[in-house]
Amino acid sequence: MDPELDEPVTDMGFIETVDIHAEGQAVDIEFRLPTYWCSPNFAFLMAHDIRAEVGKLSWVRRVSVKLVDHCFGDRINSGVNEDVEFSSVFAEYCDGETLDAIRVKFLEKAFIRRQESVLLGLLQQGLDSGAVVAMTLDVLDAIEFDDQGTVLQKHRYRSLLMSQGLARDRADPAFVTWAGERLDANELADYLSRSRGVRINMEFNGALCRGLKSVRYEEMSVGTPDPVPVPVRFMRDAVPH
Amino acid sequence: MYRTAEGKDIFVVDGHIHYWDGSPENQKNVHGKQFIDCFYAYHSNLSPPEQRWEKSKFEKYSEDDVYRDLFIDGPDDVAIVQTTVLSDFYKNGFSDVGRSTSMAARNPERFIVNGSFDPRDGEEALDHIRFLKEKYDIQGVKMYTAEWNGDSKGWRLNDPEAYKCFELCDELGIRNIHVHKGPTIIPLNLDAFDVRDVDHAATDFQNLNWIVEHCGLPRLDEFCWIATQETNVYAGLAVVMPFIHTRPRYFGEIMAELLFWIGEDKILFGSDYAIWTPQWLVEKFWNFQIPDDIASERGVQLTDSVKEKILGLNAARLYDIDTGTRIKQLKESPALLAAG
Repeated sequence: MDPELDEPVTDMGFIETVDIHAEGQAVDIEFRLPTYWCSPNFAFLMAHDIRAEVGKLSWVRRVSVKLVDHCFGDRINSGVNEDVEFSSVFAEYCDGETLDAIRVKFLEKAFIRRQESVLLGLLQQGLDSGAVVAMTLDVLDAIEFDDQGTVLQKHRYRSLLMSQGLARDRADPAFVTWAGERLDANELADYLSRSRGVRINMEFNGALCRGLKSVRYEEMSVGTPDPVPVPVRFMRDAVPH
Repeated sequence: MYRTAEGKDIFVVDGHIHYWDGSPENQKNVHGKQFIDCFYAYHSNLSPPEQRWEKSKFEKYSEDDVYRDLFIDGPDDVAIVQTTVLSDFYKNGFSDVGRSTSMAARNPERFIVNGSFDPRDGEEALDHIRFLKEKYDIQGVKMYTAEWNGDSKGWRLNDPEAYKCFELCDELGIRNIHVHKGPTIIPLNLDAFDVRDVDHAATDFQNLNWIVEHCGLPRLDEFCWIATQETNVYAGLAVVMPFIHTRPRYFGEIMAELLFWIGEDKILFGSDYAIWTPQWLVEKFWNFQIPDDIASERGVQLTDSVKEKILGLNAARLYDIDTGTRIKQLKESPALLAAG
């Protein structure tokens, strides 16, 4: 996942090549970000997580990731592949801080964004705020949405709710804050207004990242009404997730 | 002037433009190449297809290009030219104040050129501010807090050495401090485009106007909170504007937030030329309405009078431009282009 955007790196088109060496049960993954300047902390998180997730596959013995064309690519690559912490690799900039805090912050934003999508979907179906805040997980599970985006976000919201221990069984409230508190019907509008703020920020990043990624290294036939980008070496959407 | 369908003339101040040289000849290293490449990606991705430029023109465009794009083909009346030094990346600076001033000198009533400084230079920064005031009589500066300087990969507006510089700006009457607070890039885990330093600086320097370019996105909520509390904090729409084309509903959401929190008197138009040209941006903006559901929820709308403020009147106030006098001046002075 891109931790900042809460979207899979494979959907974003970041993964460039995946080489599988059957004999050594080894995998080499090359990835590229939308710009040379993408924040190294996010880049490090992504490189780390790609390596960790692929390493979980039962047949894989060795994984190596390579971030290419990035201002700190070499340091990120050697750090991640040699299991060195971000705070050691970039010790001079970190003052001992680790990436844990930022990881939690991103998880919170992802939670808020997924939740907002579900809450708005319910309000659009005509439910009032009282019914929404009182809803339990089993009731939410039974509700169907037409919009595919909302269907996906409901699934992802639910999985984060469970993995964070914010709900444990089907009789638990479907909607709580990131701190685990119940929502108040009278304050739902204010709560949603703050959620919208979080989404606006994430959408800005997402739109830019997708856009910049799509034009980076692609040759553009300028001046024609409908320029056809020349596909370069990307394996966009070629990796299942 | 932008002329509306009803025949009304709208005074346009473009609050954020550059006259840069990002050409290979001026690049110092790979960072210089990657920097202009990144700008070009913004340009290619967020412009309508018919507005895209060749890479070589984008890297280095002429004085005549600027004049034509802004004032002949475009609706700008006055443009504020920002300085971005990036001396670690470019031999003669990326958009150099001397080069911009000589470009502006041919049509002085059209341009306001701002300077820039790096507080990490200590005493030299203070000398440079004095020099900028004396030689170019600057009214404003552009601050780039994520700029590299030796081992440092960024700084904050409320660093003690920055405060010394702002004290001097205040003393010399350099009142408009444009601050780049935009998309997340370098450095590392300390986010140099974090907006909270604006809060401190704006509180401590009430005489200065703090124009936050790109509205702090992707930290719009934090920025709105700060700008609501500080009367001297403004929102610059550079980079936000082109979303009007690629994602109009999203653009409407941003405008609704800004109008609701900050208000119509504190938002400034900027094309971010040459990343985008003002002609299509202003045209689309004038014809834009915030979608009804968003507008009614926030109780705001982009009426003609609100648009007029955003497009020019707000910036004119900050830069002491008397619009009536300036319009008369512009009518009397013909354009001076280099190639007859």
